[in-house]
Amino acid sequence: MGVLEHKFQDNIVVASVDKLLSWARSTSPWYFQFGLACCAIEMMATAASRHDLERIGMMPRSSPRQADVMIVSGTVTLKMGLRVKRLYEQMADPKYVIAMGSCATSGGPYWKYGYHVLKGVDLVVPVDVYIPGCPPRPEALLDGLLKLQEKIRHERPLTRKTGT
Amino acid sequence: MSQDIRTILKKAFPAAIVEQEAETEDYLEVRPGEWFEIATFLHDTPELKFDSLQCITGVDWGPEAHLEVRYNLHSMEHKHKLEIRIVLDRTAPEVPSVEKIWRVADWFEREVYDMYGIVFTGHRNLRRILLPDDWVGWPLRKDYETPETYHGIVVPKIKEEWE
Repeated sequence: MGVLEHKFQDNIVVASVDKLLSWARSTSPWYFQFGLACCAIEMMATAASRHDLERIGMMPRSSPRQADVMIVSGTVTLKMGLRVKRLYEQMADPKYVIAMGSCATSGGPYWKYGYHVLKGVDLVVPVDVYIPGCPPRPEALLDGLLKLQEKIRHERPLTRKTGT
Repeated sequence: MSQDIRTILKKAFPAAIVEQEAETEDYLEVRPGEWFEIATFLHDTPELKFDSLQCITGVDWGPEAHLEVRYNLHSMEHKHKLEIRIVLDRTAPEVPSVEKIWRVADWFEREVYDMYGIVFTGHRNLRRILLPDDWVGWPLRKDYETPETYHGIVVPKIKEEWE
């Protein structure tokens, strides 16, 4: 904002609407509260007081209509795969998906012989961030979430479509 | 299993108990026909009183062999145990349901049906319990082949190149 910067008094920030929107989105991505397997325990630990997700602006929502981020935490069976897809479709734009743990990214320990396991949640919904680990530690999840925030911050919602 | 249980059962159901080579074995093989009557007898007779059904297991002995169901019974009062084995035909596996005797058998039998396709005749709600209702095939049978797709979702990825 070169020319206008520092021309006004304190507490006045000059920014483009585009940047402001993406900044606001990136600092409050509410996530959809549902867990599928053991990764959900780590997700709960990340949300709890020691790591405290709310300090980076993330809080759990119990309805897909109010959520921006879906953390697929755990093994997705084929039966659940259809439901995950339905839940994703029920979320309002802009929406993001995090594949947490090796099961959600590739099928994990079930990738060869699991007849009932979806081999990666990216077969049914588009994934933004993959977090490896079995299960990933809360630090890894936090890192993934910060990466997602970084991704959202670089989006320009007015000039470009989200996710492209 | 004590010899007493074997003797009592043989006396009551001489035709239904399959002769075993070694009687010291810790199980009893039974023909499927009279299984419901035998189960009622095991549950109701005061000196047996098997009031707890602990587990029902399905076994597949391979594509050329037979299927099998195993029941693990326990008596809280007499503190004795019994394992019942029933050998079933692979093409039409049917066995009488004991769900009316031990209520816990409801879900046990549904699980065995879900995984092996063994039909428990007389079960009041024999549906799949874990897999979706529209699933094709019986996954724990040895000759089961994983489907290519499920509702348009690809199930196995190309794995040869990965290894």
